[in-house]
Amino acid sequence: MSASAVAVAVSLGFCAGILAGLFGVGGGILFVPTLLGLGLGQLDAEATSLLAILPTVVAGTWRQHAYGNVRWRAALLVGAASVVGVQAGVLIATALSEDLLRRLFALLVLGVAAQLAWRSRRPSAYPSEP
Amino acid sequence: MRLLAIGLVAGVFSALFGVGGGIVVVPLLILAASVPERCATGTSLAAIGITALAGTILYGLEGDVDVDLGYAALVGLPAAAGAVAGSALQQRVSVRALSLAFAALLAGIAVWLLVV
Repeated sequence: MSASAVAVAVSLGFCAGILAGLFGVGGGILFVPTLLGLGLGQLDAEATSLLAILPTVVAGTWRQHAYGNVRWRAALLVGAASVVGVQAGVLIATALSEDLLRRLFALLVLGVAAQLAWRSRRPSAYPSEP
Repeated sequence: MRLLAIGLVAGVFSALFGVGGGIVVVPLLILAASVPERCATGTSLAAIGITALAGTILYGLEGDVDVDLGYAALVGLPAAAGAVAGSALQQRVSVRALSLAFAALLAGIAVWLLVV
């Protein structure tokens, strides 16, 4: 891997973390394309992204807990139920072709871009909130 | 009950696309479970920890899928630093300009994914 590829991967990783802290996501939306750019296949990139999400959300949760923003009971309920969904998701992802999965992922990225653009135009951004 | 439904949807999303699922958890917590915005982002992060852990283990058990520890550390460790910075930023500044910047970045990535 070239030094510039490492620098780009580290920068995009850092950006993914900022996204995670700001919006409560795991950063996978940036991890997956970064890993694809490094040469991983779609499924390997997705699986590796899930592992990369762990340090990201541990750090993010630690900070957000300190700011008093974590409702633990709700988080545990959502998290526990998600495990069932994850099993279904793995089955679907491994059944689809990697090419189709990549195109679906691209549509997801477009959708998120649109959501963020819409959010940036909305008057009630975070700082105005109590 | 609503929380369980949110988790179920997030889990499918997460494993299918290799994301945390926050993209569906945050809006659903706000709209369907009446959680305030900032609490929704903090709560989502905690829930994603469980989701991503389950996904990593289940993909790891798949024989032909490779969970690459080195690559995960390469992007995940800088992201941990970024998450600390992003959480601090969220408490202080308007996220509007940043939202727009990220929207542009993601739109570019989507185009790249579709054409390459």
